[in-house]
Amino acid sequence: MLETIGVASVDDLFGDIPAPLRASGLNLPPPESEAELADRLCDLAERNRVDLAGFLGAGAYRHYVPAVVDQLLLRGEFYTAYTPYQPEISQGTLQTIYEYQSLLGELTGMDVVSASHYDGATATAEGALMACRATRRERVLVSHAVHPHYRETMRTYFSGGELALDEIPLVADGRGAGTTDMAALERMLADPDRPVAGVVVANPSFLGLLEPMAEVSRLAHVAGALFVAVAEPVSLAVLASPAAYGADIAVGEGQPLGIPLSYGGPYLGILGCREPLVRQIPGRLVGMTTDVDGRRAFVMTLRAREQDIRREKAASNICTNQALCALAASIYLAAIGPHGLRDAAAMGAARATELETALAAAGAPRLHSAPYLNEFAVRVPDAAEIHRRLLHRGVLAGLVLADVEPGDASLADALLVCATEVTTSREIEMFATALREEIERGRQLALSGIASGAFGADDAGAAI
Amino acid sequence: MAPQDLRYTKDHEWVRVDGDVATIGITDYAAHQLGDIVFVELPDLGRAVTQFGAIGVVESVKAVSDLFAPIGGEVVETNGELAAKPELVNGDPLGDGWMLRVRVADIGQLDALLDAAAYEELTKEA
Amino acid sequence: MSAAGNRLGPTLFERSRHGRGGDKVPHPPKDALARIPAEHLRTEGPNLPELAEPEVTRHYVNLSQLNYAVDTGFYPLGSCTMKFNPKINEWAARLPGFASLHPFAPDEIAQGTLQLLWELEQALAEIGGMRAVTLQPAAGAQGELTGILMVRAYHRSRGDLARTEVLVPDSAHGTNPATASMAGFKTVSIPSAPDGGVDVAAFRAALGPQTAAVMITNPSTLGLFESRIGELLEAVHEAGALAYMDGANLNAIMGRFKPGEAGFDVMHINVHKTFSTPHGGGGPGAGPVGVGDRLLPFLPSPRVLRETDGSFRLERPGERPTSIGRVRSFVGNAGVLVRAYAYIRAHGAAGLCEVSDDAVLAANYLKSRLAGVLDVPFSRPCMHEFVASGATLKRETGCQTLDVAKRLIDYGFHPPTIYFPLTVEEALLVEPTETEALETLDLFVEALERIVGEAHDDPELLHAAPTSSPVRRLDETTAARQPNLRWRGMTGSQTPCPD
Repeated sequence: MLETIGVASVDDLFGDIPAPLRASGLNLPPPESEAELADRLCDLAERNRVDLAGFLGAGAYRHYVPAVVDQLLLRGEFYTAYTPYQPEISQGTLQTIYEYQSLLGELTGMDVVSASHYDGATATAEGALMACRATRRERVLVSHAVHPHYRETMRTYFSGGELALDEIPLVADGRGAGTTDMAALERMLADPDRPVAGVVVANPSFLGLLEPMAEVSRLAHVAGALFVAVAEPVSLAVLASPAAYGADIAVGEGQPLGIPLSYGGPYLGILGCREPLVRQIPGRLVGMTTDVDGRRAFVMTLRAREQDIRREKAASNICTNQALCALAASIYLAAIGPHGLRDAAAMGAARATELETALAAAGAPRLHSAPYLNEFAVRVPDAAEIHRRLLHRGVLAGLVLADVEPGDASLADALLVCATEVTTSREIEMFATALREEIERGRQLALSGIASGAFGADDAGAAI
Repeated sequence: MAPQDLRYTKDHEWVRVDGDVATIGITDYAAHQLGDIVFVELPDLGRAVTQFGAIGVVESVKAVSDLFAPIGGEVVETNGELAAKPELVNGDPLGDGWMLRVRVADIGQLDALLDAAAYEELTKEA
Repeated sequence: MSAAGNRLGPTLFERSRHGRGGDKVPHPPKDALARIPAEHLRTEGPNLPELAEPEVTRHYVNLSQLNYAVDTGFYPLGSCTMKFNPKINEWAARLPGFASLHPFAPDEIAQGTLQLLWELEQALAEIGGMRAVTLQPAAGAQGELTGILMVRAYHRSRGDLARTEVLVPDSAHGTNPATASMAGFKTVSIPSAPDGGVDVAAFRAALGPQTAAVMITNPSTLGLFESRIGELLEAVHEAGALAYMDGANLNAIMGRFKPGEAGFDVMHINVHKTFSTPHGGGGPGAGPVGVGDRLLPFLPSPRVLRETDGSFRLERPGERPTSIGRVRSFVGNAGVLVRAYAYIRAHGAAGLCEVSDDAVLAANYLKSRLAGVLDVPFSRPCMHEFVASGATLKRETGCQTLDVAKRLIDYGFHPPTIYFPLTVEEALLVEPTETEALETLDLFVEALERIVGEAHDDPELLHAAPTSSPVRRLDETTAARQPNLRWRGMTGSQTPCPD
């Protein structure tokens, strides 16, 4: 090869690198054979504990994934293909994306669903930006009950421009405690000097509660704002869809649809909208068309919205998306079917009822009384310490809410727990029994005048 | 041969003035460059536009191009047919493919535009 | 192998039959939803397709066979780095310890993944010559946004609010100016010089107290190393601006050039390019970002930290107030990053240097062999990719680069990137990568030679191409004018169902 090129050595090909800027190799470990590498990776994987009885949700959920999903995802023609820029030899990818758009269109009721965004947080941020572009207004309201990571991501995305992001507070007491405060929302929408582009509310919320989405829709539209609904896809098998309660834009996290937990990614950003907003939606879109012989075919379309054509005027800079995750979601939905999805959602609700009863009997009642589907917060004295002790007893007792909302007094001693169709009665019993014992132990220590924190309550990574 | 009664911008817009109303579109050259037009984004009625300001966008399958106002004024009409039939711009860019009408603020602004001969020169060079 | 395969089949919706499928999850009790007020519940649907497992399997197996992929054949897509995806990486990502770990798992039960992420950050920092790395961004474009937002935070922290512009060469990938806009900056485009590098005079003229950053891809999108990079970086820092490196072309320079050491303040890396994580039909990838000292305080949170006792933990909320915050939920595309980690450990220092050497060698080989076949505008050695042009061919035969690309499909190859970068007429951007056998490269050259011959002797073969693929050229105009983006069973506004 060197002869064909006409140089003496490979070094000659790097002559354009100025001498003072040349590096001399890399300071990295030596190569490993596949066997050694496999060993190393197994070792690392085993240092994670994934065998605990798990009640953790908070934006990422354990579901049963039919075996056929991963078998099909392992086909090299799917996972080693590129973006379908040459549609004639990418009809596999293109048809599956069209089907994904259609399946999520059915679930959310939206006319148009993009081929995917990065995750629920970025999809929500982009949905909010869409509302600003479409209404030409500069202020977005987001419920405090939307996932904290989504609100933080929105803040980061909004920091680039002149846009304002304000949080809608939650109802403090009574039956609606923990849900988005409609009176506050109405007041915020009424400010004549600061018209609102979009209102963002999640259903179920981060706290697991069902929100008055139809009312949010009414208030938003009366004020000329768009309604961005954050939805959880499995719940859409049984809950009213964003279209049904009047959302203009629907966003959410698609991980529950057959995508592994994988410590947070790769996940699946769901982003959809009603038809009039189609030109504002970022990301790829696949459309059905015909070829020169009149055969059905699929192709990426409305491309002029995207960064490679619009460049600095593009709505978003997104290029690579989460295509394979969208494929996983499609295969999951095809494999499980509408009845299976309903069963998964309803079974989760049934287990959650069992969980609520068991935990209340163990001394940890629900924090709120508003309806929930399969996730809710419970009051647990000294929640962080009890969570740690339960971890050492083999129970992953949900999320310590104070860890994600440190300033919020109402969430000070609370755990966010969830159940799905894979949660078993045995696990629920194990959790409740251990919890009862730990609450009792804490009570005894307090009674005998010793603070539970004085005895070995070191957070610094005690080995399990 | 570019029609004589129109004036042109170097960005390939044309304008025809009738009384105090100017009709605006893009030239055959521009339409040809862009390829099959799929969407035209036009300004709202009543909007004030300045000469050479960006007032819209013309989108084809593989490209996008800003639309600039050849003359300043107030938008009084836009071509409603283009939403359903953007192909009119390709088929008849100077006729049925017209894009918008503007009530002219200053007719003297026409002097800043190219006449047919000058526009011909421009497209020959390209 | 021709890219021919089966024909298209019906969609899932057309295959659906009432009552099919099921039995994947247990049936709930009848009163499972009784406690939920009726106004929250669906009244009908969702109208999802019903298929049994054999039908689902055949549906997707047949669809997969309509695709061309790296596992099928040569994929010389310039700027995409379509290298082979080692299968050990797939096995690794699926280990239950990695795949089943919840993102909110307490640090003490996530030590394996935390260690892997920390070690990966160290390795990428070494490769890029950077001080520290964030693994949070989900893709290269998101990495760009992260980097430019950090630049913004840096200038703001110094009270320097007048820096409103970002300089971007005209050959840049579209994500660069799109990123600048998203971050609230105005893009100023810098022309290329005749030799393919940045026009230094124009560059210097555009730099000033209003410049926040410059975004440079090096090697450039023309596949050329910017030999004046030292001078450019010096000018940038003299003007008080920061230098961002688009690391999309990192595959060319590992071990030979470290952007951070050369003076870049921030760079992103596309792990789905250089570090072999699969493209998945358009994603997922990941876009780690490396920074120097200036931007270190602004990295997204939470960072992965190593304690003195050797354990790992995530930063707590509020622990580092200077951070720009989050750019996404959770910590990053960990499942993708496992694959990148495995790739780096497998290759080691020597292996990664060899990867770049072989990538550059392969590209120069192809460039030399194609010199008489198509126009090759830049004669100096290229890096891991090179740009060719079909301008002469178009003039002589009326066949455009598009036609050449479509005809390559009939010869069993995925075409190179076409019509990018925008600065070269009738461009073809060819990137073979280091994982191709010499025979494959020679077959590719042969195919192009024959196609160029056809262009002269029988151009209709190119204009009609492809003829051997499952579908032929598509009506993209109607697809854009009358978008059909979702299956609508009721309205029946569909194209005929293929049987």
